[in-house]
Amino acid sequence: MSDKPLVDVENLHIAFPREDGGWHEAVRGVSFSLLAREKLGIVGESGSGKSLSSRALLGVLPEHARMSADRLRFDGIDLLQASPRERRKLRGGRMSMILQDPKFSLNPVLKVGRQIMEAFRIGYPALSGAETRRRAIDMLEAVHIRSPERVMDLYPHQISGGMGQRVMIAMMMAREPELLVADEPTSALDVTVRTQVLSIMDELVTRRGAGLILISHDLKLVSRFCNRVLVMYAGRIVESLRADEMHNARHPYTRGLLACLPSIQSTGDPLPVLQREAGWANPEGQP
Amino acid sequence: MIRVENLNVTFGAATVVRDVSFSVAAGESFGLVGESGSGKSTVLRTMMGLNRSWNGTIEIEGAPVKSTGRKDLARRAQMVFQDPYASLHPRFVIARTVAEPMRINGIDNSEQRARELLEMVGLPGAFGFRFPHELSGGQRQRVAIARALALSPKVLLLDEPTSALDVSIQAEVLNLLSRLRRDLGLTFVIVSHDLAVIAHMCDRLAVMRDARIVETLDRRQLQEGRLVEDYSRELLAASGDV
Repeated sequence: MSDKPLVDVENLHIAFPREDGGWHEAVRGVSFSLLAREKLGIVGESGSGKSLSSRALLGVLPEHARMSADRLRFDGIDLLQASPRERRKLRGGRMSMILQDPKFSLNPVLKVGRQIMEAFRIGYPALSGAETRRRAIDMLEAVHIRSPERVMDLYPHQISGGMGQRVMIAMMMAREPELLVADEPTSALDVTVRTQVLSIMDELVTRRGAGLILISHDLKLVSRFCNRVLVMYAGRIVESLRADEMHNARHPYTRGLLACLPSIQSTGDPLPVLQREAGWANPEGQP
Repeated sequence: MIRVENLNVTFGAATVVRDVSFSVAAGESFGLVGESGSGKSTVLRTMMGLNRSWNGTIEIEGAPVKSTGRKDLARRAQMVFQDPYASLHPRFVIARTVAEPMRINGIDNSEQRARELLEMVGLPGAFGFRFPHELSGGQRQRVAIARALALSPKVLLLDEPTSALDVSIQAEVLNLLSRLRRDLGLTFVIVSHDLAVIAHMCDRLAVMRDARIVETLDRRQLQEGRLVEDYSRELLAASGDV
């Protein structure tokens, strides 16, 4: 790992207009950084601001959102100063995002092969048609899809969720991004396929030296897969810890989340339920 | 309470459930785990009479599903679906959604009872006047549970009841289900891909793969890791604890 961060975010705020003319602050002063070859997990419940924070990085927030930050940098590029044109050049090429649901994120009327080839065509316009196709097939093979040539000619509705997810990963990896943001990439998948998909992303990180941000509400998964974990609650980072130190988490929210997971060794007793405290949402509330 | 024997379900040329047999005693909680497409949800839907082309035997409280009328079946068993967003009528206030099965079955005082049911699942008072879009995912799943209980069935079939929820909300809904099972003496069949959820909720479980049951075991066998099939082991390894 080099010491210079690939991603550097400081004091990020994101707000949405409310009906009464005020602003709802969805992200309130988030700061984090990411090194190349690092796997950073962001966990939290729905609405905690975990997806928004990384969307701000890619520049794909909804237009009516208001965003401000003291610093928002990617590989030394000041994203706050970058023009929309520059940012669009970064997206898809040097930074890309894998979304949760392949059903909504793949184009339903185009064969998956064509969609993967499109990614190559944009990235490498000089390639011939045959070469593009060959590379797309290689990419499908790389994400462990059996008989990739057959899958190239299928439409998204003809493949399973797990395959759809791998097709999306193939599209994102076609351009060999340096930053990969995966937003709940495996929550639609079975546990057995999930392991495969994670190992494919792991390969990208270790072999090609990319940085990965994995957004999930699954603490078990994140603590097993990532190097470092940020825990978000009500728009703030309440705790940041090494993934292998998860069991030593100190914040009551993190501990509560861990405690309420059912376990194979369950005794059948009621699960401990998260007792929320108003203080968690305040910066002073951090232990 | 529930008896399923040699169940085969076909969709056109494809056989999606093959020779599945299990039985569930009254008051017991039985789990079905397996990957998507293994046929576990199809077994539940067939038990509710939602599939046509099947053969074998399914009995709920001694009543054969094949020859039992829809209304009668609905009073014996009810289903809770995975997606609380898709399974509630978007233009009905939730009290009306909960009262609907009772209205269809000509039960008196359905509005009063709907309010009681909503209170039982933790949505008291004015909640009844809200629309589904005004509720969180966990609250919507509570509504679906209240509706399933409207006709006082003895059997609840739960298809991935908490997979769409955050872990903190999942704990609340699982606790609610356990409490209702104890208080109302219900029998559960729960489908999930999360082995930990099944281990927490069920006394016995069956592992499904490629349309078949590959292994049936009880909670103790699961906890002690006494699994016979490679696939079950793989599943157990993938859902290991922190």
